[in-house]
Amino acid sequence: MASLKDLRLRINSVKSTRKITSAMKMVAASKLRRAQTSAESARPYAARMERMLGSLAASLAGQAGAPRLLAGTGSDDVHLIVVTTSDRGLCGGFNGSIVRSTRNLVNELLRQGKTVKLMLVGRKGRDQLKRDFGKLFIDSFDNIGRKGVTFAEANAIANRITGLFEEGQFDVCTIIYNRFKSAISQEVTRQQLVPFPVPAVGATEAEGGAKALYEYEPSEEGILAELLPRNLAIQVFRALLESNASEQGARMTAMDNATRNAGDMINGLTIRYNRTRQAQITKELIEIISGAEAL
Amino acid sequence: MAEKVEFELVSPERLLISEPVEMVVVPGSEGDFGALPRHAPMITGVRPGVIDVYQDGKVSDRIFVAGGFAEVTETRVTVLAEEALKVSELAADTVAQRLRSAEEAVQEADSESARNHAERALLVARALKAALEQRTVH
Repeated sequence: MASLKDLRLRINSVKSTRKITSAMKMVAASKLRRAQTSAESARPYAARMERMLGSLAASLAGQAGAPRLLAGTGSDDVHLIVVTTSDRGLCGGFNGSIVRSTRNLVNELLRQGKTVKLMLVGRKGRDQLKRDFGKLFIDSFDNIGRKGVTFAEANAIANRITGLFEEGQFDVCTIIYNRFKSAISQEVTRQQLVPFPVPAVGATEAEGGAKALYEYEPSEEGILAELLPRNLAIQVFRALLESNASEQGARMTAMDNATRNAGDMINGLTIRYNRTRQAQITKELIEIISGAEAL
Repeated sequence: MAEKVEFELVSPERLLISEPVEMVVVPGSEGDFGALPRHAPMITGVRPGVIDVYQDGKVSDRIFVAGGFAEVTETRVTVLAEEALKVSELAADTVAQRLRSAEEAVQEADSESARNHAERALLVARALKAALEQRTVH
């Protein structure tokens, strides 16, 4: 049985842990607010980009000579998977669920005889996947979004992806990230980046027949060739923002739970401490009384 | 003129402007164009330059954009800018600084893609400087 001193030390250590976790919770909560606003304010751009691209792609669909980012390379043998995780831990199942989903996807693709390449964003995912798939890594990025995700960072990643694509390093690119639903729930999302999935033609037609009447300057192909890499950067940017917001949300929830558990543990330990103390006093009293009686 | 056109300016980070205006003059990749209500629908590239917003017959706002895309419909002008700054908020020393670092980047570029990238940045920085000088002339 633990001595009184041991218990006291234990209680103190759990108390200081609780202080840390509750501070981390506060930090995560304030970061979450910021991450959430920036994720939300990035949506209009992505939405308008999608609308523009949708009408362009619809008018070019099926034509030969469409840019390869849209049409693909014609095969799907080599897959590039971009995995977005966080640099830091202590955020519950945030990284674990991404890693699990990646593992499933990679194994599935390997079983189908495809080649898989991995691009890792965030240290945690890289560390966890290194043992099983270390030889599939082709690139990794750290310290993304440390001071809030900037577009420049997303652009750098997107440039790397387009660069690899132009070199013919892969046929299909998918990004895996946590989509932010609320502070307590994130959804692992797999989104195909290359070739760009053309929105259903029916959907664009429903918006009105004027779609095909656009004039293009300089030309449809010219615009599309510029718009596609741009769209890729935007999609990466959005994924990073969502992932960042999710991370803070996950951390906040995890730290809230940890703080609560620490509280429970302190209660339990305090009760044990008091019982032990009382038992010891009783024991001492009995010793004294029986000693006195013996005289 | 009562009729107005809905002008939206969006950068990747946020929605900057969304308001009905009389006319906007956008630096298109094939030359500047003014977009009035009932303009023919078109999609065009935007080169680095200044967007003039007209309200009540005169320029009400001048915004520098570092390239992007514009979509014009009969009732709406949407500009997707890579970067957007109000001309009135430009500071001479930050612009000069940017031009300098862009020039250095072009000098130091060691690969083709890096050089392309740096030259693009330089182009933007030069347009920025031109926008600034234009302001002081006005």
